[in-house]
Amino acid sequence: MVRFTKATTAWLLLTPMMTIIIGVVGYPLIKTVYYSFTAAHLASPATTDRWVGFKNYIKALGNSKFLDSIENTAYFVSVSVSAEIIIGVLVALLLNQAFKGRTLLRALLILPLALPTVVNAMMWRLIYGPDFGALNALLTQVGLLAEYQSWLGDPDLALWMVAIADIWKNFPLVALITLAALQTISKDLIEAATLDGANTWQRFWTVVFPAIVAPVSVALVLRTIEAFKVFDIIYVMTRGGPANSTKTVSFHVYQEAFAYMRIGSGASYALIVVLISALLIATYLWLIKKQGNTT
Amino acid sequence: MKKSKLLMAAALGALVTASPANAEKTQLSALFMAQAAYSEQDIENMTEAFEKANPSVDVKMEFVPYEALHDKIVLSHNASEGYDVVLFDVIWPAEFAQYGLLTDVSDKINSATKEEILEGAWTTVEYGGKYYGMPWIVDTKYLFYNEKMLKEAGISKPPVTWSELTTQAQLIKDKGIVDYPLVWSWSQSEAVICDYATFLSAMGGEFLDADGKPVFQQGGGLKALEYMVDSIKLGLTNPNSREYSEEDVRRTFSSGQAAFAVNWTYMYNLANDPKESSVAGHVGIAPAPGAEGISTASAVNGSMGLGITSKSKHKELAWKYIQHLSSKPVQEDFAKLSLPVWKSSYENPEVTKGQEELLKAAKVGLAAMYPRPTKASYQEMSSALQVAIQEALLGSKEPAEALNEAADVAADLD
Repeated sequence: MVRFTKATTAWLLLTPMMTIIIGVVGYPLIKTVYYSFTAAHLASPATTDRWVGFKNYIKALGNSKFLDSIENTAYFVSVSVSAEIIIGVLVALLLNQAFKGRTLLRALLILPLALPTVVNAMMWRLIYGPDFGALNALLTQVGLLAEYQSWLGDPDLALWMVAIADIWKNFPLVALITLAALQTISKDLIEAATLDGANTWQRFWTVVFPAIVAPVSVALVLRTIEAFKVFDIIYVMTRGGPANSTKTVSFHVYQEAFAYMRIGSGASYALIVVLISALLIATYLWLIKKQGNTT
Repeated sequence: MKKSKLLMAAALGALVTASPANAEKTQLSALFMAQAAYSEQDIENMTEAFEKANPSVDVKMEFVPYEALHDKIVLSHNASEGYDVVLFDVIWPAEFAQYGLLTDVSDKINSATKEEILEGAWTTVEYGGKYYGMPWIVDTKYLFYNEKMLKEAGISKPPVTWSELTTQAQLIKDKGIVDYPLVWSWSQSEAVICDYATFLSAMGGEFLDADGKPVFQQGGGLKALEYMVDSIKLGLTNPNSREYSEEDVRRTFSSGQAAFAVNWTYMYNLANDPKESSVAGHVGIAPAPGAEGISTASAVNGSMGLGITSKSKHKELAWKYIQHLSSKPVQEDFAKLSLPVWKSSYENPEVTKGQEELLKAAKVGLAAMYPRPTKASYQEMSSALQVAIQEALLGSKEPAEALNEAADVAADLD
């Protein structure tokens, strides 16, 4: 019988998984990096991959439409992620209290998450409808709005409206993660703090907050990555309109690569987006680490 | 437990019995759109007849929104199991021909067929002297009007010029008949380009000059956008038009919230259908107006054709299917939402019956069809123009400024 060392066994067992990962992640990634330096065309990438060096990147960074779309994306990410974190944590705190109907509410929390993004986008498109939309009906009937409003047709509003649809769908993720963390806090700690005379606010900052900050940071990182890639909700709700006010980087990459068929330069745009995401994640991880060292 | 086992057995049984039958059939996959022209139901019925006549063929149909059609065709090109038959728009053959996405079928079309089909329809499938499919949908935008509202305002006949439309709409608004008499599909999509092209052709403009340089930013092209912007400023156009597609236009018009609308053929019978519309029976149709001293009517070429993808493994069968769908009898049977491409169909009482008004408008409209540019980089030029038009419609830029910027983008394209 052949005997392997521990390390060899580990590598042997890892091989199948590694092969799959290299196949489905590594190969496309390397190919994308390669294409980003070529003038490849979508119709026949293999015959059009003329090497152009950094030309695609230089062009991308000088493209005002692309820079606009980065700005739109940054705006979208900051609005939706911060709202998702705040609402998510507040909802988790609420659902951590004992009250009647808590189980039902906790179950309902899953609903938006379970909805496919495209369905969610269609639903909110209907809600925002300028003629028959529920939002207009609600706001006019309670007297908050004098006349029906075109929510997705106004360039100053559209990105906010899309962000709201995204917030509604994704705050439950933050809430669920936070809720799980909240349940690990020992009741004794809270009781001790109360006996020592700490008020609600003090209890939150000294006992609850340190316990949830790490899991919430994870949610923050996850949501930021996801929000930065936002595409489907935009594609369904506005297609980047009105007047490009909701055009995000992913939509720009999609247009470049698939509508204009320039996958070479599309790849360079995509990699710039990846680089920005990576920088954001690194910053977060660094912050979390710093947080861990101080507490 | 027992029940689920039984179900499993039944499912397995079904699989076993079903597979041999399927194995003998040739699968043909076809891509259509679910928007304007023929309805999904129409196409399914046409296909069912084809399958009945050809029992060995099984057609797998897929319906996508118009906006997704182009990208689907392009993306499926490098897929191992792509489509055999695709529906394509009049603005794509240049691009598709350049990159070899469609099969050249010039030798399959004989001169008799060429003679019998409308000239405007042929431009849909032709590029550089070659044919890349069969014309299937011959379509343009018409002016629809609510007869009741016009009568109420004391207007005896629909406008024949765009300035007359403004006058009539103003009259209807002033009398308080409807808040916004006009509704259009001016969302950031190809739909707004179709309306813009209609105005541009009426006002004697051009997209590109003979050398392919953009000229839409001046003359008729500029006047076209100014007209659109003015109609919003005057409060005549429903401001929501800026986020509307063709279906939104149909809904608004059909619910009696507009006196005039510009839309494709399919709206005529749907707006006159009591199940779909509250203004059924009061819907009039006319060719889109012209401009004084320049034109008497205007129209955009919005036709579409059926083609065989260059990578299809069943080209003969695909052609047979296309021939069936575009054949005269089939087109005449389904002439309610989309008019036939065959010249003689327009004399057939079966076709004309009940839609005489539509055919009268079609006679003028189809003859006046104005083409959008045929160039491989059309998609990008169109995108730039869509954004420019929206910026002007939203008031963030002056029409001339917006169009100049789009022209700069278009000038850099090859």
